[in-house]
Amino acid sequence: MSSPAVPAATPPSTGRPPRRVAGGLLDPRQLVRSLPDALRKLDPRVMLHNPVMFVVEVGAALTALSAIRTPGVFAWVITVWLWLTALFANLAEAVAEGRGKAQAAALRRAKTTTTARRLTDWRPGATDPAEEEVPGTALRLGDHVVVEAGQLIPGDGDVVEGIASVDESAITGESAPVIRESGGDRSAVTGGTKVLSDRIVVEITAKPGETFIDRMIALVEGAARQRTPNEIALNILLASLTIIFLIAVVTLQPFAVFAGAEQTLVILVALVVALIPTTIGALLPAIGIAGMDRLVQRNVLAMSGRAVEAAGDVNTLLLDKTGTITLGNRQAAAFLPVPGVSVEELADAAQLSSIADETPEGRSIVVLAKEQYALRGRSEGELDGAAFVPFTAQSRMSGVDLDDPRERRSLRKGAATAVMRWVRDNGGHPTADVGQLVDGIAASGGTPLVVGQVTRRGGASDARVLGVVHLKDVVKEGMRDRFDQLRRMGIRTVMITGDNPLTAHAIAQEAGVDDFLAEAAPEDKMALIRREQEGGKLVAMTGDGTNDAPALAQADVGVAMNTGTSAAKEAGNMVDLDSNPTKLIEIVEIGKQLLITRGALTTFSIANDVAKYFAIIPAMFASVHPGLDRLNIMRLHSPASAITSAIVFNALIIVALIPLALRGVRYRPSSASELLGRNIWLYGLGGLVLPFLGIKLLDLLIQFIPGLR
Amino acid sequence: MGDTAAGWLQAAVLVAALALSHRPLGGALAHVLTTDRHWRIERLVYRAGGVNGDADQRWPAYLRSLLAFSFMSTLFLYAFLRLQDHLLLSLGRKPVPADLAFNTAASFVTNTNWQAYAGEATMGHLVQMAGLAVQNFVSAAVGIAVVATLIRGFTRKRTDRVGNFWVDLTRLVLRVLLPISFVFAVVLVAAGVIQNFHGAHAVATLAGGRQNLPGGPVASQETIKLLGTNGGGFFSANSAHPFENPSGLTNLIEIYLLLVIPFSLPRTFGAMVGDVRQGYAVVTVMVLLWAASVVLVTANELYRVSSPAGHAAGAMAEGKETRFGIWSSALFAVSTTLTSCGAVNSAHDSYTPGGGGMTIFNMMLGEIAPGGTGSGLYGILILAVVAVFVAGLMVGRTPEYLGKKLRGQEMRYASLYILTTPALVLVGAGLAMAFPGERAAMLNPGPHGFSEVLYALTSAANNNGSAFAGLSADTVWYNTGLGVVMLLGRFLPMVFVLALAGSLAGQQPVPVTAGTLPTHRPQFIGLLTGVILIVVGLTYFPALALGPLAEGLR
Repeated sequence: MSSPAVPAATPPSTGRPPRRVAGGLLDPRQLVRSLPDALRKLDPRVMLHNPVMFVVEVGAALTALSAIRTPGVFAWVITVWLWLTALFANLAEAVAEGRGKAQAAALRRAKTTTTARRLTDWRPGATDPAEEEVPGTALRLGDHVVVEAGQLIPGDGDVVEGIASVDESAITGESAPVIRESGGDRSAVTGGTKVLSDRIVVEITAKPGETFIDRMIALVEGAARQRTPNEIALNILLASLTIIFLIAVVTLQPFAVFAGAEQTLVILVALVVALIPTTIGALLPAIGIAGMDRLVQRNVLAMSGRAVEAAGDVNTLLLDKTGTITLGNRQAAAFLPVPGVSVEELADAAQLSSIADETPEGRSIVVLAKEQYALRGRSEGELDGAAFVPFTAQSRMSGVDLDDPRERRSLRKGAATAVMRWVRDNGGHPTADVGQLVDGIAASGGTPLVVGQVTRRGGASDARVLGVVHLKDVVKEGMRDRFDQLRRMGIRTVMITGDNPLTAHAIAQEAGVDDFLAEAAPEDKMALIRREQEGGKLVAMTGDGTNDAPALAQADVGVAMNTGTSAAKEAGNMVDLDSNPTKLIEIVEIGKQLLITRGALTTFSIANDVAKYFAIIPAMFASVHPGLDRLNIMRLHSPASAITSAIVFNALIIVALIPLALRGVRYRPSSASELLGRNIWLYGLGGLVLPFLGIKLLDLLIQFIPGLR
Repeated sequence: MGDTAAGWLQAAVLVAALALSHRPLGGALAHVLTTDRHWRIERLVYRAGGVNGDADQRWPAYLRSLLAFSFMSTLFLYAFLRLQDHLLLSLGRKPVPADLAFNTAASFVTNTNWQAYAGEATMGHLVQMAGLAVQNFVSAAVGIAVVATLIRGFTRKRTDRVGNFWVDLTRLVLRVLLPISFVFAVVLVAAGVIQNFHGAHAVATLAGGRQNLPGGPVASQETIKLLGTNGGGFFSANSAHPFENPSGLTNLIEIYLLLVIPFSLPRTFGAMVGDVRQGYAVVTVMVLLWAASVVLVTANELYRVSSPAGHAAGAMAEGKETRFGIWSSALFAVSTTLTSCGAVNSAHDSYTPGGGGMTIFNMMLGEIAPGGTGSGLYGILILAVVAVFVAGLMVGRTPEYLGKKLRGQEMRYASLYILTTPALVLVGAGLAMAFPGERAAMLNPGPHGFSEVLYALTSAANNNGSAFAGLSADTVWYNTGLGVVMLLGRFLPMVFVLALAGSLAGQQPVPVTAGTLPTHRPQFIGLLTGVILIVVGLTYFPALALGPLAEGLR
């Protein structure tokens, strides 16, 4: 895929650059390799599925018969090029399918037969269940198998016991191992992937032959391909245009006979083929296949083409806050001291008390202190007589006790209530200023961490609060632009978060989403989707947990994360192998691009007809009505060369547009009016003008062929 | 005042008058088609007909009512024509021959009003008034009723009901067509159109010859002929006859009448869908096409006469009434061929190849700019559906028009609609040209003769009803063939429109967002105009090349 469809702003949250496949450039060897397939598709029973190209094939057969009966250079040249037209159409489809086949072959390699170690009487907590060896294909739903380091997982399932690192590169192309563990939302494992460490027990959730890899193979090969609703609608329009042009040409013969210019079968067939929308008719299947393929290249598997189309229509995007809109963790943003304490003092205390805090929040405090106040990070061994108090979920504080000969100083940093209690327990009285600071931060959507200090000198002790650290969610870079783009495309974004409404509001403001759903339970998500759909809107969402499954099923586009549970993957109609929720935006763009490509090539195809008329009609009738030669504005050399040029152009343009069909037209997120304006100019006007040039150029060559002068 | 100034002035007056009536008439029609209130007289009609005026029909039921009504109308009119010698006010006219009676019945029921007969020589007064004029009213109402269902398809949601045919028909006749016709009949009488029950008066002319002056209830039929875009004249000469159209003033009124409902219906559309801008967009496309055609035909007739000698001798006035001159004739010709009206005040056969070709092309557009009463609007809305489909894809969404998605089912009906008329025109003309016997009906050889046949079929299939002249169409073959083409050209598209309306009405509308293709901006107006011209141009270009183009390009 060339770059424009992948805005650079995509933050690669999985920590690696997105895998790029050179999908846009058509390798000429691919054309040659797909040739046998293309020839096989000339079978009329196959061609019948594509009414436009079927007419071309019938026409080619008719001209062939005619050329056999009354041979001539012209008749044979037209015959050959009509067959080529049909062949090129098949070639487009075969090339598009060929790319899928290559991917399918890679997947098949992962699908080697494995031996499974089935546990016959596994129960949760069972210590030493009986084990038997069976072929992987003999596994049934609900079986339990044990897999240890170095072994292949024999089938799709959920981890029910243990934790292991798994190499999923066979499916995702990602070489870094992932962690799979029982319980939670990272329990799903895929057959054919390899356990690298530890031991897990897997409950099988898919029958042999219906596993994820099997489905992937079927999808990328196009075996499961069904026409999508929009493709059907467009096919109907193209079929009716084809019928109109058939009628226009068939009825032309009696008119021509009356005019004294009876036309040969070859010319009439040539006119029909030139007029019917062959360009879009030939490329339509390839566009659909390539659309799915573009998703696969981004490591997204769409279970149906319908889902890809729906993605283009999406009105509302539901995005989880964490990981999608914000980086996973909160980070320290500011030190707010109470009156009488300097910022430096607070920063120093906060840093000292965070040294033993290995949580991301704690580390971010150390980083902030270093960056803003040049306080060098100090490590644990550096300070004499320091006893570090690590953060625990119970105490909700971390800190340090510094035993100086002169005074004993304790610092604590943590949740406001915890630290304030600690100060009070040590005889201090936090002032109202602290409460104000804490409330202020909470109101702005941040999380306050209070820093307290207790100093003991001799018998006297002094406990007080030094200040507050402002922790906040950090919105990923570029998200605001992204949401602005989506808004221009007419898509509303809703942030889903478990935070309280205050925090949610602040983050929503900062990220620039249109709306948010705070303290969201799975039922709330479901209700929101239903509500949007009632109003006729299409909703897209991502999800990974089992409790996301109902919402994923309800959403029009439900993208399940590959790391998620198998329930979620079953429920969604797409799976993102990279488990990158931001990709939803790209999926929407690919859906739109697919439709735009169809529309653009349809427009192009129809606009082409104008030039073809100006080539063929004077060629047919200028002999009896010399005035019609004035329509020969391209000044084509002779009737034979004019008709041949039009047919050759018609065939070559299909090949020329195969790369565009596979790559998709350029798509830049913008409003409907801007998009339409751009595409009409490019493909409407371009489609009008280009064939005039093309036919003229071809005519300049063809006029030298003996027999076509 | 010179011809040119007068020509511009009358065009300006016409446009101003149409612009002034656009809002009130369009709004009134919207009210008539949406209100819950019945008039007392309407309730009587419903009771007499056993109709529940408050129950809406599903589209198949609506269609059945419409077809049954039209079938009975055809049968009734056919019997009327066959039996006219037994009826009052027959003026001693003979029964109309079977093939001509079929042709005429089909013609008036389909709002075509192709006339293979001469009114003053064939029809008695009662047939004209109670047979033909009645169909002028109801066939116009049927057209508006059908477009009403299509608009309801866009406005209603999740329902299978598209309206009640009998209610729509009754209201349109009683509340709209009758009152306007009455007022303008009086105006026309005041301006010199005759209205009496006399037969022919024989008078001695100044030159000493004898002439039969026909009489009849002309004014009452004249208004609905134009208002309902019917076009069937009382006299054979139609609006060129001085008793139908005596002066430049009546000529202007007649043009106004034939344009006023089709040009107001987009307002009805805008009002009913709750966004008048949608109506303005549609009417703008209509106006653009109409104005361009007026300019082209007028210029052709003024400047494109074949030779300087012909110019000097006034050859461009051939076939045109000296009362009206070129400007008024061209204005009338364009308006009548673009509205499916088919009334004529000049012989289109005598136009220059360019001007005459334009009148054919006008009809080939599918009678949509502004088109017939009702049929014009549904025709352009179907083309808008096609335009939105292609353009909608180019903005990256499943195409939607006014919030309704255009899926396979909708595109099937729209495609069948745009397929029907060209198929009828081309297959019909192909057959006519294939039989040597039927070719003999042409009065001219070469491309001009072919244009005459093409015109006849185009006129019948598009329910226009005007004739190029120059074709002896009162033969069994043409009467039957054109009758069948008129019926198919009228009712097949209606089937598809109603089916589309039903399919749209069942949908839940999609909310409008920035990603929705706006269908009220200049961009869409240009797009729709382009789609219309290209689709029509591509369909008919070969046929036109052998007719008007072959004749015109020398």
